[in-house]
Amino acid sequence: MTIGLGHYLSVAAILFTLGILGIFLNRKNIIVILMSIELILLAVNINLVAFSTFLGDIVGQVFALLVLTVAAAEAAIGLAVLVVYFRNRGSIAVEDVNLMKG
Amino acid sequence: MILPALFFYLFAGVCVASAVMVIVSRNPVHSVLYLILAFVNASGLFVLMGAEFLAMMLIVVYVGAVAVLFLFVIMMLDVDFVQLREGFIEYLPVGLVIGGIFMFELLLVVGSWLIQPGTTKAITAAIPANVSNTEALGLVLYTKYIHYFQLAGMVLLVAMIGAIVLTLRHKAAVKRQDINVQNARTPELAMSVRKVASGQGLQDADAAEWVK
Repeated sequence: MTIGLGHYLSVAAILFTLGILGIFLNRKNIIVILMSIELILLAVNINLVAFSTFLGDIVGQVFALLVLTVAAAEAAIGLAVLVVYFRNRGSIAVEDVNLMKG
Repeated sequence: MILPALFFYLFAGVCVASAVMVIVSRNPVHSVLYLILAFVNASGLFVLMGAEFLAMMLIVVYVGAVAVLFLFVIMMLDVDFVQLREGFIEYLPVGLVIGGIFMFELLLVVGSWLIQPGTTKAITAAIPANVSNTEALGLVLYTKYIHYFQLAGMVLLVAMIGAIVLTLRHKAAVKRQDINVQNARTPELAMSVRKVASGQGLQDADAAEWVK
Protein backbone atom coordinates (compact mmCIF):
# COMPACT_ATOMS: atom_id res chain seq x y z
CA MET A 1 0.00 0.00 0.00
CA THR A 2 2.88 2.35 -0.63
CA ILE A 3 2.09 5.47 -2.61
CA GLY A 4 4.27 5.65 -5.68
CA LEU A 5 4.84 8.01 -8.55
CA GLY A 6 1.92 6.50 -10.48
CA HIS A 7 -0.59 7.56 -7.83
CA TYR A 8 0.43 11.20 -8.04
CA LEU A 9 0.49 11.10 -11.83
CA SER A 10 -3.05 9.67 -11.81
CA VAL A 11 -4.30 12.49 -9.57
CA ALA A 12 -2.63 15.03 -11.88
CA ALA A 13 -4.18 13.35 -14.94
CA ILE A 14 -7.65 13.48 -13.38
CA LEU A 15 -7.22 17.15 -12.44
CA PHE A 16 -6.00 17.99 -15.95
CA THR A 17 -8.98 16.25 -17.52
CA LEU A 18 -11.34 18.08 -15.16
CA GLY A 19 -9.78 21.35 -16.25
CA ILE A 20 -10.32 20.51 -19.93
CA LEU A 21 -13.89 19.42 -19.16
CA GLY A 22 -14.50 22.67 -17.29
CA ILE A 23 -13.51 24.69 -20.35
CA PHE A 24 -16.00 22.71 -22.45
CA LEU A 25 -18.88 22.82 -19.98
CA ASN A 26 -18.67 26.50 -19.06
CA ARG A 27 -18.15 27.88 -22.53
CA LYS A 28 -20.08 31.04 -21.75
CA ASN A 29 -18.56 31.89 -18.40
CA ILE A 30 -15.04 33.20 -18.84
CA ILE A 31 -14.38 33.39 -15.09
CA VAL A 32 -14.88 29.63 -14.70
CA ILE A 33 -12.74 29.10 -17.81
CA LEU A 34 -9.90 30.99 -16.10
CA MET A 35 -10.39 28.83 -12.99
CA SER A 36 -10.21 25.70 -15.17
CA ILE A 37 -6.90 26.94 -16.57
CA GLU A 38 -5.67 27.30 -12.99
CA LEU A 39 -6.67 23.67 -12.38
CA ILE A 40 -4.73 22.57 -15.47
CA LEU A 41 -1.63 24.44 -14.28
CA LEU A 42 -2.02 22.85 -10.85
CA ALA A 43 -2.04 19.40 -12.48
CA VAL A 44 1.17 20.28 -14.33
CA ASN A 45 2.72 21.42 -11.05
CA ILE A 46 1.79 18.15 -9.34
CA ASN A 47 3.45 16.24 -12.19
CA LEU A 48 6.62 18.32 -11.98
CA VAL A 49 6.92 17.99 -8.21
CA ALA A 50 6.13 14.25 -8.30
CA PHE A 51 8.88 13.54 -10.81
CA SER A 52 11.22 15.87 -8.93
CA THR A 53 10.85 14.07 -5.63
CA PHE A 54 10.71 10.53 -6.96
CA LEU A 55 13.80 10.97 -9.15
CA GLY A 56 15.65 12.98 -6.50
CA ASP A 57 16.17 15.97 -8.78
CA ILE A 58 15.42 19.44 -7.39
CA VAL A 59 15.12 21.09 -10.82
CA GLY A 60 11.51 19.94 -11.16
CA GLN A 61 10.59 22.08 -8.18
CA VAL A 62 12.36 25.08 -9.72
CA PHE A 63 10.23 24.57 -12.82
CA ALA A 64 7.11 24.25 -10.67
CA LEU A 65 7.98 27.60 -9.06
CA LEU A 66 8.25 29.21 -12.51
CA VAL A 67 4.91 27.68 -13.56
CA LEU A 68 3.39 29.12 -10.37
CA THR A 69 4.73 32.57 -11.30
CA VAL A 70 3.34 32.42 -14.81
CA ALA A 71 -0.02 31.17 -13.51
CA ALA A 72 -0.29 34.12 -11.13
CA ALA A 73 0.65 36.59 -13.87
CA GLU A 74 -1.83 35.01 -16.26
CA ALA A 75 -4.66 35.23 -13.73
CA ALA A 76 -3.91 38.89 -13.03
CA ILE A 77 -3.77 39.88 -16.71
CA GLY A 78 -6.79 37.76 -17.63
CA LEU A 79 -8.95 39.30 -14.93
CA ALA A 80 -7.75 42.81 -15.84
CA VAL A 81 -8.75 42.21 -19.47
CA LEU A 82 -12.08 40.86 -18.22
CA VAL A 83 -12.73 44.00 -16.14
CA VAL A 84 -11.90 46.30 -19.10
CA TYR A 85 -14.12 44.23 -21.38
CA PHE A 86 -17.00 44.41 -18.91
CA ARG A 87 -16.63 48.20 -18.68
CA ASN A 88 -16.80 48.55 -22.45
CA ARG A 89 -19.54 46.05 -23.27
CA GLY A 90 -21.51 45.54 -20.08
CA SER A 91 -21.33 41.76 -20.33
CA ILE A 92 -18.71 39.03 -20.20
CA ALA A 93 -20.34 36.57 -22.59
CA VAL A 94 -17.65 34.77 -24.55
CA GLU A 95 -19.69 34.74 -27.79
CA ASP A 96 -19.63 38.53 -27.91
CA VAL A 97 -15.83 38.60 -28.00
CA ASN A 98 -15.53 38.92 -31.77
CA LEU A 99 -14.50 42.53 -32.22
CA MET A 100 -11.20 41.48 -33.81
CA LYS A 101 -12.86 39.21 -36.34
CA GLY A 102 -11.51 41.34 -39.18
CA MET B 1 3.33 3.08 7.16
CA ILE B 2 -0.39 3.16 6.49
CA LEU B 3 -0.79 6.77 7.58
CA PRO B 4 0.86 8.44 4.53
CA ALA B 5 -1.28 6.33 2.20
CA LEU B 6 -4.38 7.28 4.16
CA PHE B 7 -3.51 10.97 3.93
CA PHE B 8 -2.71 10.64 0.23
CA TYR B 9 -6.16 9.24 -0.49
CA LEU B 10 -7.78 11.90 1.73
CA PHE B 11 -5.99 14.81 0.02
CA ALA B 12 -6.35 13.36 -3.48
CA GLY B 13 -10.02 12.55 -3.01
CA VAL B 14 -10.96 15.96 -1.63
CA CYS B 15 -8.82 17.67 -4.28
CA VAL B 16 -10.53 15.85 -7.17
CA ALA B 17 -14.00 16.25 -5.64
CA SER B 18 -13.57 19.99 -5.16
CA ALA B 19 -12.17 20.27 -8.72
CA VAL B 20 -15.41 18.68 -9.92
CA MET B 21 -17.38 21.18 -7.87
CA VAL B 22 -15.37 24.06 -9.38
CA ILE B 23 -16.61 23.24 -12.85
CA VAL B 24 -20.20 22.23 -12.07
CA SER B 25 -21.32 24.62 -9.33
CA ARG B 26 -23.92 27.22 -10.29
CA ASN B 27 -22.50 30.16 -8.42
CA PRO B 28 -19.00 31.38 -9.39
CA VAL B 29 -18.37 32.40 -5.78
CA HIS B 30 -18.81 28.78 -4.78
CA SER B 31 -16.48 27.83 -7.65
CA VAL B 32 -13.76 30.07 -6.21
CA LEU B 33 -14.22 28.65 -2.72
CA TYR B 34 -13.96 25.10 -4.08
CA LEU B 35 -10.87 26.18 -6.03
CA ILE B 36 -9.33 27.29 -2.72
CA LEU B 37 -10.18 23.88 -1.22
CA ALA B 38 -8.59 22.13 -4.20
CA PHE B 39 -5.40 24.16 -3.84
CA VAL B 40 -5.16 23.58 -0.07
CA ASN B 41 -5.46 19.83 -0.63
CA ALA B 42 -2.93 19.95 -3.47
CA SER B 43 -0.51 21.65 -1.09
CA GLY B 44 -1.18 18.75 1.29
CA LEU B 45 -0.10 16.42 -1.50
CA PHE B 46 3.04 18.51 -1.96
CA VAL B 47 3.85 18.17 1.73
CA LEU B 48 3.40 14.39 1.42
CA MET B 49 5.86 14.39 -1.47
CA GLY B 50 8.37 16.40 0.54
CA ALA B 51 8.13 19.68 -1.34
CA GLU B 52 7.26 21.80 1.70
CA PHE B 53 8.37 25.13 0.26
CA LEU B 54 6.18 24.78 -2.82
CA ALA B 55 3.28 23.67 -0.64
CA MET B 56 3.48 26.86 1.43
CA MET B 57 3.99 28.85 -1.79
CA LEU B 58 0.83 27.34 -3.22
CA ILE B 59 -1.15 28.47 -0.17
CA VAL B 60 0.37 31.97 -0.14
CA VAL B 61 0.11 32.61 -3.88
CA TYR B 62 -3.14 30.86 -4.76
CA VAL B 63 -5.25 31.08 -1.64
CA GLY B 64 -3.82 34.43 -0.58
CA ALA B 65 -3.66 36.21 -3.91
CA VAL B 66 -5.21 34.55 -6.95
CA ALA B 67 -8.40 33.29 -5.29
CA VAL B 68 -8.99 36.64 -3.61
CA LEU B 69 -8.45 38.31 -7.00
CA PHE B 70 -11.11 36.05 -8.51
CA LEU B 71 -13.49 36.82 -5.66
CA PHE B 72 -12.98 40.56 -6.04
CA VAL B 73 -13.64 40.45 -9.79
CA ILE B 74 -16.76 38.29 -9.40
CA MET B 75 -18.18 40.60 -6.77
CA MET B 76 -17.27 43.80 -8.65
CA LEU B 77 -18.83 42.78 -11.95
CA ASP B 78 -22.60 42.89 -11.95
CA VAL B 79 -23.16 39.88 -14.20
CA ASP B 80 -26.19 37.65 -14.56
CA PHE B 81 -24.52 34.31 -13.97
CA VAL B 82 -27.67 32.29 -14.55
CA GLN B 83 -27.70 33.45 -18.15
CA LEU B 84 -24.05 32.45 -18.52
CA ARG B 85 -24.88 28.90 -17.52
CA GLU B 86 -27.15 28.35 -20.50
CA GLY B 87 -25.92 25.55 -22.71
CA PHE B 88 -24.32 23.63 -19.84
CA ILE B 89 -26.40 20.54 -20.62
CA GLU B 90 -25.96 21.17 -24.32
CA TYR B 91 -22.17 21.00 -24.08
CA LEU B 92 -22.18 18.13 -21.57
CA PRO B 93 -22.14 15.19 -24.08
CA VAL B 94 -19.32 16.51 -26.27
CA GLY B 95 -17.40 17.58 -23.18
CA LEU B 96 -17.76 14.16 -21.60
CA VAL B 97 -16.71 12.42 -24.82
CA ILE B 98 -13.59 14.54 -25.24
CA GLY B 99 -12.84 14.39 -21.51
CA GLY B 100 -13.26 10.62 -21.55
CA ILE B 101 -10.92 10.19 -24.50
CA PHE B 102 -8.39 12.47 -22.83
CA MET B 103 -8.64 10.64 -19.51
CA PHE B 104 -8.29 7.28 -21.24
CA GLU B 105 -5.16 8.40 -23.07
CA LEU B 106 -3.60 9.93 -19.99
CA LEU B 107 -4.26 6.87 -17.83
CA LEU B 108 -2.86 4.71 -20.63
CA VAL B 109 0.34 6.74 -20.43
CA VAL B 110 0.39 6.79 -16.62
CA GLY B 111 -0.35 3.07 -16.39
CA SER B 112 2.41 1.79 -18.62
CA TRP B 113 5.64 3.66 -18.38
CA LEU B 114 9.14 2.78 -17.33
CA ILE B 115 11.92 5.06 -16.26
CA GLN B 116 14.89 4.61 -18.54
CA PRO B 117 17.76 3.10 -16.51
CA GLY B 118 20.17 5.93 -17.35
CA THR B 119 17.79 8.64 -16.16
CA THR B 120 18.58 8.40 -12.49
CA LYS B 121 22.27 8.86 -13.23
CA ALA B 122 21.69 11.87 -15.48
CA ILE B 123 19.84 14.12 -13.04
CA THR B 124 20.79 17.77 -13.16
CA ALA B 125 20.86 18.80 -9.53
CA ALA B 126 20.38 16.07 -6.94
CA ILE B 127 18.40 16.88 -3.81
CA PRO B 128 21.07 17.13 -1.11
CA ALA B 129 20.60 15.01 1.98
CA ASN B 130 20.53 16.58 5.47
CA VAL B 131 19.29 19.90 4.08
CA SER B 132 15.72 21.18 4.32
CA ASN B 133 13.62 21.47 1.19
CA THR B 134 13.63 25.28 1.24
CA GLU B 135 17.41 25.42 1.56
CA ALA B 136 17.90 22.83 -1.18
CA LEU B 137 15.68 24.86 -3.51
CA GLY B 138 17.50 28.08 -2.67
CA LEU B 139 20.88 26.45 -3.28
CA VAL B 140 20.07 25.92 -6.96
CA LEU B 141 17.56 28.72 -7.51
CA TYR B 142 20.00 31.50 -6.59
CA THR B 143 23.04 30.00 -8.29
CA LYS B 144 22.35 27.78 -11.27
CA TYR B 145 18.92 29.16 -12.15
CA ILE B 146 19.39 32.80 -11.18
CA HIS B 147 18.47 33.97 -14.68
CA TYR B 148 15.22 32.03 -14.64
CA PHE B 149 14.50 33.50 -11.23
CA GLN B 150 15.07 37.05 -12.48
CA LEU B 151 13.01 36.30 -15.59
CA ALA B 152 10.15 35.17 -13.34
CA GLY B 153 10.44 38.48 -11.53
CA MET B 154 10.25 40.32 -14.86
CA VAL B 155 7.14 38.33 -15.81
CA LEU B 156 5.49 39.40 -12.56
CA LEU B 157 6.56 43.03 -13.12
CA VAL B 158 5.10 43.04 -16.64
CA ALA B 159 1.89 41.44 -15.36
CA MET B 160 1.60 44.04 -12.60
CA ILE B 161 2.21 47.01 -14.93
CA GLY B 162 -0.11 45.51 -17.54
CA ALA B 163 -2.94 45.00 -15.09
CA ILE B 164 -2.57 48.55 -13.76
CA VAL B 165 -2.42 50.10 -17.24
CA LEU B 166 -5.45 48.12 -18.39
CA THR B 167 -7.71 48.95 -15.49
CA LEU B 168 -6.63 52.47 -14.52
CA ARG B 169 -8.93 55.20 -15.78
CA HIS B 170 -9.10 58.93 -15.16
CA LYS B 171 -12.54 60.37 -14.53
CA ALA B 172 -13.03 64.03 -15.43
CA ALA B 173 -15.24 64.60 -12.39
CA VAL B 174 -12.60 63.53 -9.90
CA LYS B 175 -10.42 66.40 -8.66
CA ARG B 176 -6.74 65.63 -8.60
CA GLN B 177 -3.74 67.47 -7.23
CA ASP B 178 -1.86 69.48 -9.88
CA ILE B 179 1.56 70.46 -8.55
CA ASN B 180 2.29 72.94 -11.38
CA VAL B 181 -0.88 74.92 -10.80
CA GLN B 182 -0.18 75.00 -7.09
CA ASN B 183 3.37 76.25 -7.57
CA ALA B 184 2.27 78.89 -10.09
CA ARG B 185 -0.09 80.51 -7.56
CA THR B 186 1.12 83.89 -6.31
CA PRO B 187 -0.26 86.09 -3.52
CA GLU B 188 -1.69 88.47 -6.17
CA LEU B 189 -3.70 85.66 -7.73
CA ALA B 190 -4.78 84.15 -4.48
CA MET B 191 -5.96 87.11 -2.40
CA SER B 192 -6.92 90.75 -2.50
CA VAL B 193 -6.84 93.35 0.25
CA ARG B 194 -10.01 95.44 0.71
CA LYS B 195 -10.87 98.31 2.90
CA VAL B 196 -14.08 97.44 4.72
CA ALA B 197 -16.07 100.34 6.05
CA SER B 198 -16.60 100.20 9.79
CA GLY B 199 -19.97 98.80 10.83
CA GLN B 200 -20.98 97.76 7.28
CA GLY B 201 -19.13 94.54 6.72
CA LEU B 202 -18.27 93.07 3.35
CA GLN B 203 -20.63 94.14 0.55
CA ASP B 204 -22.10 91.77 -2.02
CA ALA B 205 -20.12 93.41 -4.83
CA ASP B 206 -16.91 92.67 -3.00
CA ALA B 207 -17.93 89.14 -2.20
CA ALA B 208 -18.41 88.28 -5.88
CA GLU B 209 -14.81 89.13 -6.62
CA TRP B 210 -13.65 87.73 -3.34
CA VAL B 211 -14.56 84.17 -4.24
CA LYS B 212 -12.36 84.31 -7.28
